[in-house]
Amino acid sequence: MSLNATENGSKKDLSLFLGCVAPNRYPGIELATLKVMEKLDIGIRDLEGASCCPAPGVFKSFDKTTWLSLASRNIVLSEDSGTDLLTICNGCYGSLIEADHELKEDPEKKKKVNEKLAEIGMEYKGTSNVRHIIEYLYKEITPEKIKENVTVPLEGIKVAVHYGCHMIRPSKGKDLDSVENPRFFDELVDATGAKSVDYEEKMLCCGAGGGVRSVFPETALKMSEKKLDILKAGGFDCIVDACPFCHLQYDVGQKTLAKEGKEYNIPVLHYMQLLGLAFGYTPEELGITLNVTKNCDFDNKILNLSKKTN
Amino acid sequence: MQNAKMKLFNGYDKMTEPINSSEIDKTFFEKLKEEKGMEKVLLCFNCSGCSTGCPMAEIESNFNIKKYIRMAGLGLKDRLLNDKYIWYCTTCYKCQERCPEEVLNVDTLLKIRTMAVAEGIMYDDHRAVAANVIETGHGVPINDKNKENRKKLGLKEIPPTVHSFPEAYEDVKKLLKSVGFDELVSK
Ligand code: SF4
Ligand code: SF4
Repeated sequence: MSLNATENGSKKDLSLFLGCVAPNRYPGIELATLKVMEKLDIGIRDLEGASCCPAPGVFKSFDKTTWLSLASRNIVLSEDSGTDLLTICNGCYGSLIEADHELKEDPEKKKKVNEKLAEIGMEYKGTSNVRHIIEYLYKEITPEKIKENVTVPLEGIKVAVHYGCHMIRPSKGKDLDSVENPRFFDELVDATGAKSVDYEEKMLCCGAGGGVRSVFPETALKMSEKKLDILKAGGFDCIVDACPFCHLQYDVGQKTLAKEGKEYNIPVLHYMQLLGLAFGYTPEELGITLNVTKNCDFDNKILNLSKKTN
Repeated sequence: MQNAKMKLFNGYDKMTEPINSSEIDKTFFEKLKEEKGMEKVLLCFNCSGCSTGCPMAEIESNFNIKKYIRMAGLGLKDRLLNDKYIWYCTTCYKCQERCPEEVLNVDTLLKIRTMAVAEGIMYDDHRAVAANVIETGHGVPINDKNKENRKKLGLKEIPPTVHSFPEAYEDVKKLLKSVGFDELVSK
C-alpha cells in the first residue's frame, strides 16, 4: 500500500539517517532503533558521513539554497548506496522528504543543485525514497506483525502519543490517513500491548521548532507546559514521540519547569524505546534511564511486566 | 541575545501605527514571488483561519500569521523584516493546512525570514546554530557527556556521521562555501 514502494514493488534496504539530536544528545534512541530493527529482521545500515539534515525551520529561515544543497547531499549518500533513507526524527523527515519532492518535481531546481553537488563529485538522481520509521513500520511491517514479535506486552501502560508536527504537516507528498486526526501511530503503540489514549491538544506542537527554542526558550516551554499540564491531569504513564527534538524539549523542559516548582515526572520515550521494552529490553539497555526526567514508578512498572512474562 | 541590527521594533510597537503609503515597497512582492506559490498571498480574503488555529498566537499575542501574510501582499518590507515576532513561528504548519485559499503561510514567512537574514538581520543564537553546522557539519554536535553515554550503551563513541568521516565533513564545508552560507551568516 506504500506510495513510496519502488517500481517493481520490492522494498529496498534502508540506510539509517541519524541526524543530530539522536546520536549527539539521546544515543539511546539510536541504540533502540538498531535493536528493534534487528528483532524485526529489517536490513539497515548506517548512512556514513551524513550531516545535519539540515534542520528545516532554522535553515529554511536562513537560506533556501543552503537548505536544499545540504539536504540533497544527504539524499545522494543514500542513493549511492542503493538504499532508501530512513529517519527517526520528524525534523529530518520533514526536511529531507520536502527537499526530495522539490527536486523530483522541479527539473530547474534539480539542475541548479546538481551544479553545486558536482563540486564535491556528487549527483542527485532521484532514485531513493525518504521514510520515517513510524510510517515505514505501519505500512511495510504492519502493527499485526509487530504484535507477533512482542514478548513483554506493556499491559496497563497509558500512553500519550505525541505525533509532533513534521511527521504530518505539511501534508503535501506524505500519503497520510488524516492530518487533523491521524491514527497510524496510535495503532503502533497499541501493538505493544500499551494503550494510546486520546487527550485534548494531542496535535499540539512541542514548541521547540522553527528556531524558537534557541532564541526564545521560555516561549517554547510555555507551549510544552500546556501539553504537560493536560497529561499530568490525565494520569498518563508516559509520552511517546517519534522525534528526538520533541523528545529533548519535553525531557529537558520538565527539568526546567521543576526548578520553578512545577513537577511532572512524565517519562519521555521515543517509539523505538517503547517497542524495545515490549521486545524485552530493559530501560537501561534502551538508554531510557539516561533521560534527565526520571521516574522510578515507571521503571518498576516495566520491571513487573517483564517479571510476569518470565 | 540579540543582534545590534534587530532593534528597530524592540521597545515600541510600530505595528499599531497607521501604514504610510511611502512604506509600500513594490519590489518586495516581486522578489517574494520568485519562489513558486508565494504569489498566493494575494488570494488571502482575511478569513482568519490561519491565525485562529495558531498555537503561538495563544502564547504571544504580538505574533499574528495572518497579519504577516497581509503585510507581505502589501509590500510592507521594512516592517516585516524588522519585526522580531516573525521569528516566533514554530513551523507547526497548522495554519498552512487550514487556509482555504492554499496560501503558503509558513513557507512565505520563512521566505520573509531569509530576506531579513540577507540584510544581516539575524539573532545571535541562530548564528551560533549556523556556526555549528559550518564548523562541524552538525547543528547539534557531539559533546563529552554524550560520548560517555554512547560508550556506556555500547555504541561507538563518535557516531558514524560527518563526525567520524573527515572527508565527508570537508565536502559539507565545501558545499556551504560554494552556496555562500559562511558569508551570509557572518554579515
Ligand atoms: S487562512 Fe488563508 S485566506 Fe484566511 S486569513 Fe489566513 S491566509 Fe488569509
Ligand atoms: S506554523 Fe507558525 S504561524 Fe502557523 S500555526 Fe504554527 S506557529 Fe502559528
